[in-house]
Amino acid sequence: MSTSSRPSTARSAGPRDTTGSGRPGPARGRASFLRKTTMRTYSYWFYAPAGLVYTVIFVVPTVVSFYFAFTRWTLFESEWIGLDNFKQFFSEQQLRQSLWNTLFYATFTSGMKVVLGMIFAVVLTSALRSRGLLRSLVFFPVLVSVVAVGITWRVLLNPRTGIVNEVLSWFGITGPDWVGNPSTALLSVGIADVWAGVGLATVIYIAGLMSIPREYYEAAEVDGASGWKQFWGITLPLARPATFTVIILSLIGGLRRFDLIWTMTGGGPGFASDTIASVIYKQYQAGFYGLSTAGNVVLFILVAVIILPLNSFLRSKEVDL
Amino acid sequence: MRSSRLTFVGAAVAALALASVSACSSSGGGSGSDGSSSSDGGSSAEQVEITLLTDDAESTLPQVDAVIAAFEAKYPNITVKATTRPGGSDGDNLVKTKLATGEMEDVFWYNSGSLLAALDPANTLVPLDGTDAIANTNESFFPSVTVDGKIYGAPWGDAMGGGILYNKEVYADLGLEIPKTWDEFAANNEVIKAAGITPVLGSFADTWTTQLFVLGDFCNVAAAEPDWATKYTANQVNYADDPVALRGFEKTAAPYENGWLNSDAGSMTFDQAMAALAAGDAAQYPQLTFPVGSLSAEDGAKIGFFGIPGDDAAKACGTIWMPSGQYIPAASEHIAEAEQFVAFVASPEGVAAMYEAVPPTGPSLVNGVTTPDSAYPVVDDIKAYIDGNNSAALEFLSPIKGPSLEQITTAVEGGQTSAADGAAQYDADVVKQAKQLGLEGW
Repeated sequence: MSTSSRPSTARSAGPRDTTGSGRPGPARGRASFLRKTTMRTYSYWFYAPAGLVYTVIFVVPTVVSFYFAFTRWTLFESEWIGLDNFKQFFSEQQLRQSLWNTLFYATFTSGMKVVLGMIFAVVLTSALRSRGLLRSLVFFPVLVSVVAVGITWRVLLNPRTGIVNEVLSWFGITGPDWVGNPSTALLSVGIADVWAGVGLATVIYIAGLMSIPREYYEAAEVDGASGWKQFWGITLPLARPATFTVIILSLIGGLRRFDLIWTMTGGGPGFASDTIASVIYKQYQAGFYGLSTAGNVVLFILVAVIILPLNSFLRSKEVDL
Repeated sequence: MRSSRLTFVGAAVAALALASVSACSSSGGGSGSDGSSSSDGGSSAEQVEITLLTDDAESTLPQVDAVIAAFEAKYPNITVKATTRPGGSDGDNLVKTKLATGEMEDVFWYNSGSLLAALDPANTLVPLDGTDAIANTNESFFPSVTVDGKIYGAPWGDAMGGGILYNKEVYADLGLEIPKTWDEFAANNEVIKAAGITPVLGSFADTWTTQLFVLGDFCNVAAAEPDWATKYTANQVNYADDPVALRGFEKTAAPYENGWLNSDAGSMTFDQAMAALAAGDAAQYPQLTFPVGSLSAEDGAKIGFFGIPGDDAAKACGTIWMPSGQYIPAASEHIAEAEQFVAFVASPEGVAAMYEAVPPTGPSLVNGVTTPDSAYPVVDDIKAYIDGNNSAALEFLSPIKGPSLEQITTAVEGGQTSAADGAAQYDADVVKQAKQLGLEGW
């Protein structure tokens, strides 16, 4: 993701932890030299096709949306109304609640994906029978359309006929009306989101874990470190790039998650599981195109404000192998 | 070292690519088929295919099939290809987007009244004044499809009542009478509850179904203040400050407060609620009358209708909905054929074909139509209100309808929001719509 653009000197901070496992080897100087030469060798023109697509379908609409956010827009004609849309958006029905919901949702799903993804990855990189099958099973939900995931989970969570409450009733537990109850609606969507997305986190983690050289573990074993110590002292710090990738990807995904929320609860009941994305969509749905564009600008800024500092903070904590 | 790092980067990129692919696949499923122009190289070059967009209600689909079959039998040179859209605000969104992008079907069926006004008909629809399309239409329908002096729609379907659907067998078993006041309604509910039957159904999974206590209560508002709708359009009255209008929101909150509501209201759908009502698991469902048509003749005969009760038994009234309309988008390439189809649907012949498939649930607004014997008994309940105390629903008297009403009433009916807060929220919601329509006084 991030290797090419940063000057290599910035990452020479090395591992911060005191375990002493990941001392940087002498190879780093050579690696950064190689990186510089490869950067010079290839022409910037190689960027052109991707850059063109990126400009047409991302940069242009983004810039244009900044204009329409200040208008009352019917798709045919627009009238400049200054900051009215932003005033309206911030006085929107329970916007504060939906802001809080968005943050909760993003943090919850991101945290669960980090923890579960790590656990799955550790299990699935160990010497396990039918490992390939299990890996496929964990990854499978990622391949399913999000809308299908939402509809399936709504059926599973139905209070009277759903499997989840049926199973709970075997243990004498009366399950709640998961998506119909305001206090559990957003959590239910979050659980479905983790189910659907943890496979991706696992794959990233597996790649991260496989890139940790075996020598560290061998050395640790010689020194008599237990499995838990090895995990804590080697796996966890050296999988940091993967952790940070998972955090950033799932946090962005959670902040702008819309499809799953819409298919499962429609932001409801009432406004209980509204996030910024669903509030924006409702404005668009009602034909308030300018207002919904203003909402998108707000979401854009919110994501940027959260992710950019977080990203540079996490980068500063990265270790080099 | 470097290569393992690159492996990781490669895996991350691949994972990202997969994520975006699955994102695409989830968003691509929306728009239905856009009518492939029929250029079958045969000699009959006049063969034309037109497309039709309808809602996807269970009672609509058989009518669509029946009327198309009858139409194609009469006009063999025209074939009609039908697609469906969801109801509620998802449907509103689809219709608006299709019109804005010029991809609307040649004919579409959609609400009359304020929702039509929000489509900007002057720019998007073909006016039907003086055409055959509305030759058989009853004049009383025109105000609900007229915008800025031009008529844009012909009727399809029946006039509807909006209030309480009730199970007659439950009422008979418990010896209940149709309530004429809210107090009688409350007393009935306590009897029903004591018998172990759900008094009032809520179906929050289809949020549009929660609006009926507010919208259906309008005849009581109009009875108290006949020019309320005009004042409302001019921003002189609102829900929060008018004690009579506020009653609609208070009535919405009442079932939850009094324990009349089904426990699984939060995730119940519209279809499930109708089934529960017909099965006698519940006694009453605040709803329009059209879904009675989705029930079998036997089940449909069990269902009756009464208006939302007010405070004065002598003024008990019903709120009446106009039929939906059929519209032709200005961007259609087959306007002449589309008009022929619209005229057929809004003719005694077309209505008869639809009645064969689904017996009527209300009076028709097409001239020359007689209600057949197969009609559901609920038609008589509606006719009684049409002959007695009634008012058209607010959405046919004022162009303003706030888009968030269904979420607000869901929150009120589920006990999350108080009636007074809900009314105030709706008043704020309406301001946006009025401004977007460019109305004066807002």
